[in-house]
Amino acid sequence: MIEIQNLSKKFNNNLVLDGLSLDVATGQTCVIIGRSGCGKSVLLKTIVGLLKPDAGRVLVEGKEVGKLQELELVALRSKISMVFQGGALFDSMDVTENVGFSLLEHTHLNRKEILGRVEESLSLVGLGGIGNLMPSELSGGMKKRVALARAICIRPEIILYDEPTTGVDPITGDSINELIRSLHDKLQVTSVVVTHDMKSAYHIADKIAMMYKGKIILEGAPDEIQKTQDPVVHQFINGLSKGPITEIVDTFK
Amino acid sequence: MFNLFFMDLGRKVLSFMYFLGGLASLTGQTAYQTFKPPYKYDHIIEQSKKAGYDSLPIVSVVALFIGFIFALQFGYFMQRIGSEMYIASLVALAIVRELGPVITALIVAGRVGAANTAELGSMQVTEQIDALETLATNPVKYLVVPRFVALGFMLPLLTLYANLVGIAGSYLICVFKLGITSSMYRNMTFSALLHKDLFTGLFKAWIFGMVIALVSCYEGFNVEGGAVGVGRATTRSVVFSFLMILAADCIITALFYFIFP
Repeated sequence: MIEIQNLSKKFNNNLVLDGLSLDVATGQTCVIIGRSGCGKSVLLKTIVGLLKPDAGRVLVEGKEVGKLQELELVALRSKISMVFQGGALFDSMDVTENVGFSLLEHTHLNRKEILGRVEESLSLVGLGGIGNLMPSELSGGMKKRVALARAICIRPEIILYDEPTTGVDPITGDSINELIRSLHDKLQVTSVVVTHDMKSAYHIADKIAMMYKGKIILEGAPDEIQKTQDPVVHQFINGLSKGPITEIVDTFK
Repeated sequence: MFNLFFMDLGRKVLSFMYFLGGLASLTGQTAYQTFKPPYKYDHIIEQSKKAGYDSLPIVSVVALFIGFIFALQFGYFMQRIGSEMYIASLVALAIVRELGPVITALIVAGRVGAANTAELGSMQVTEQIDALETLATNPVKYLVVPRFVALGFMLPLLTLYANLVGIAGSYLICVFKLGITSSMYRNMTFSALLHKDLFTGLFKAWIFGMVIALVSCYEGFNVEGGAVGVGRATTRSVVFSFLMILAADCIITALFYFIFP
């Protein structure tokens, strides 16, 4: 379970998270939606301990992430995976080394077992047999799927996805959605997905949370979100250019 | 006008203090992680090859030219006072105590330090360093320690090599152009050099190697703003490395001069 309580984070004078609270139950897929630059990626990085909050706390399995010692943080991160927006594959390593990185660094598995796990993870994302390629030889969509393979290779309990379907073709996007859904159904993985892609959000989410001005302003099941009368959420999910989100911009025109 | 000048000056001083603070923090973390197992021998060997073996051609050429130039410059004056025989001693002392370590360090800062910053900076802007952390791997342990150990180890070896090549360059000029006999040159070189001179030079090189590794990695880790930021950080890395190498050289030279005269 992930519990986020009154989280605040400021960069210079820009308050990105402003007392944000959200709970994600074990095995649940929570999709966080919101405009670009509203702090969704900052929230993910705070959950995994890459950023320290200015106020508030994040509890993962009851442990406060910001107060963990180095070894406790390492133990926690062996249960959490994160899929970065651009893939964040290591340029100097081939696909096999990228996907098997954690197993190679933190387990005592032999080379044959690691190669088996790597190939299994690559097959799950539909990319079997590309282990010898370097990241520079992959397309944007393939990089995302390799990043996903790297995330699932350690068989994590929690996966954080930063815009997993952005910049990929619709078919690849749908296959990534199916994969997230199947990880949820088969392995009961807890997932937090940040996305702008509403089709993806409705497909994979158990719960959707709308982030606006550093807070979660509405959360609920996908059908509740679709039926909401909240003008901010309504404008965002329907992709309308006019509405409360953009009225400040309109005032200055 | 004056206000703007002082504000700008204040900002630069604060920025430099921030840099020193960050560098001190990275030094502490690196020292701790260097002695903490597991040890990444394969990474250290890979970085040693990049920093040491791959620098041999440029170090050879520069050291040879330095040897030529110093022999000719000293020769110009020594011939006027009829003391050509001392050229070998002067060149040996200048190269072993000062020029060998400093020139080698400046070459390595420009070649290896800049490459370190560009590589780590690109990793930073593409979130690869964040990815390392989420994969439960300490970036200082994984990226900085191998470079720190490799440069600390390879720079004294490169300096030793540069010393030999520089003295050989000076030997060629003195023997074939200035009319000094080969045996005289060798005698004057070895009689002038003490163990202390060699140790001073190699000690400096060890310090310079660690300075280059820390400054280049610090700048790489702190890149902001994409490709432009990587370029800016690489420039800063080379400039700060040069400054810190010369500052450290000044301090170490003074230290040895006054404490071990």
